Amino acid sequence: MANSWRRERWDSLRLLTPNWQSRLPGYHYDGPDPDGYMSMPEVIKFIEGYAAFTRAPVRTGVNVTSVRRADDGYHLATSDGEFRARTVVLASGACNRPNVPGLSEGVPPEIVQITPFDYRGPDALPEGGVLVVGASATGVQLAAELQRSGRQVILSVGEHVRMPRVYRGRDVLWWMDHSGVWDQRYDEIEDLTRARRLPSPQLVGTPERMTLDLNALTAMGVELVGRWAAVRDGVALFSGGLRNMFTLADLKMNRLLSTFDEWARENGRDDEVGPPERFEPTRVPSSARLRIDLRSGEIRTVLWATGFRPDYSWLHVPVVDDKGHLRHDGGVVVDSPGLYALGLPVLRRRRSTFINGIEPDAREVIDHLAGHLNHAA
Amino acid sequence: MTTTVDNGVNVKHLLDAREALKKQPEAAQFVWKAKSKWERGVNTTITVKEFYGLGEDREHKDESVFKADHPDVFGAEDNGITPIEYLLVGLASCLTAGIASVAQNRGIQLRSVEATVEGRHDIRGILGADPDVRNGYNDIKVTFHIDADASREEIEALVAQSQKRSAVFDALTNPTDVTVEVA
Repeated sequence: MANSWRRERWDSLRLLTPNWQSRLPGYHYDGPDPDGYMSMPEVIKFIEGYAAFTRAPVRTGVNVTSVRRADDGYHLATSDGEFRARTVVLASGACNRPNVPGLSEGVPPEIVQITPFDYRGPDALPEGGVLVVGASATGVQLAAELQRSGRQVILSVGEHVRMPRVYRGRDVLWWMDHSGVWDQRYDEIEDLTRARRLPSPQLVGTPERMTLDLNALTAMGVELVGRWAAVRDGVALFSGGLRNMFTLADLKMNRLLSTFDEWARENGRDDEVGPPERFEPTRVPSSARLRIDLRSGEIRTVLWATGFRPDYSWLHVPVVDDKGHLRHDGGVVVDSPGLYALGLPVLRRRRSTFINGIEPDAREVIDHLAGHLNHAA
Repeated sequence: MTTTVDNGVNVKHLLDAREALKKQPEAAQFVWKAKSKWERGVNTTITVKEFYGLGEDREHKDESVFKADHPDVFGAEDNGITPIEYLLVGLASCLTAGIASVAQNRGIQLRSVEATVEGRHDIRGILGADPDVRNGYNDIKVTFHIDADASREEIEALVAQSQKRSAVFDALTNPTDVTVEVA
């Protein structure tokens, strides 16, 4: 239970969402710190608490090794025997394996390469410089932690999502939650493929509610370089398009903040929050390096914070596209009746992958599932 | 009341192509071609007409002829622009085409789009005068002046999006594997 939180996350991680947003059907955080962010032991406890509350017949410690179609449903092979089911809900998520780009093969062997799945804290890493690749929530959090550990961090930045932790006195995710941005439905989004591939926002959950954007990292001494494009003869080559990465993220953040401002104005909420704010544009380094010699000893570790992908190696039903993503319509796997998914990015709305996003999605998906069972019966 | 935005870009054609090519990635494979011929000195004539795309050999309506040379400060005859200046030609035209297309798609009427492109180049690299100086540009700066029915922020977003989707911007900012051989 709560396996990925237990075994596939680093020690210092806290949820990006404030405690009051940790709500599941009929169950929610009711501790003393609604604005805080749960540590991993607290998340595990929360999920265990929900299991006890629902008394759902969960079989723990069981690996599903195969799901295939059987006459009127599915046949499952597991480490605890075989099962038949008329319907199956895939709730294994989108983050089962770290993504490591092919250019990792050109990295000289003396450099340690790790992914967030192997990383628990700075202590296990060699001393010396760390090249963190990717500036999503994972990348910026690990860059900050490693820089604080005394290692010089270089952060390779591609497209990213910039957000302040607190906007007009409220957690930025309070705004996402209340203003309706998170409720935007998958069938209303113009470029759904893009929305589903969006990197996680540059947020961190800390007691101080600190903003961890690129300016904060630069102030800590982290060096920024462009997207890592290639390795040639042991030299890492970075894109010269870094400025535009900043511009795109700054413009996008400002559009989001304008959406919040408009919502507050139209809904008479201006008095309960602070005045509108705009933040300093991302500071452009005077000269971002385009090449770093990986054999010089400057970099001892490469940390791939280049996203995650789902693992469907056990799903023997032809419903996965050539990029490894499940083909589904709002969690309904149309090509294979009786098969469903929950907890994927923008499954049915923008909040789908957050703990508080499961309830509305689950209701709609389970409605469909119940209809399928009735129809089939 | 709706007004029709017309920047002269056939956005529907582009969007249709995007959908069609999602299903046929092999048809999306293009090969752009140029032919060059040495004249004399550092003067070369380049012609462009043929290309390959959508599964077959194709041609531009007309052949284009370009002359490349070097200015007289290089001791050359200056019969045409310097090869590295052609990169600026490509960058400016690619970003401008992107701006027009994105503006059309976003319903923004453009009145004028002008750009100044400056590439800073330390020629000690190509002369072999200093082995630590690179041959190519040290940096390139593009400054757009855009008059359009849009806010400054919308215009900045147009320019940012055009960089994001620009072939030449990508080719200049990211390394490309280049093979040069003798036939």
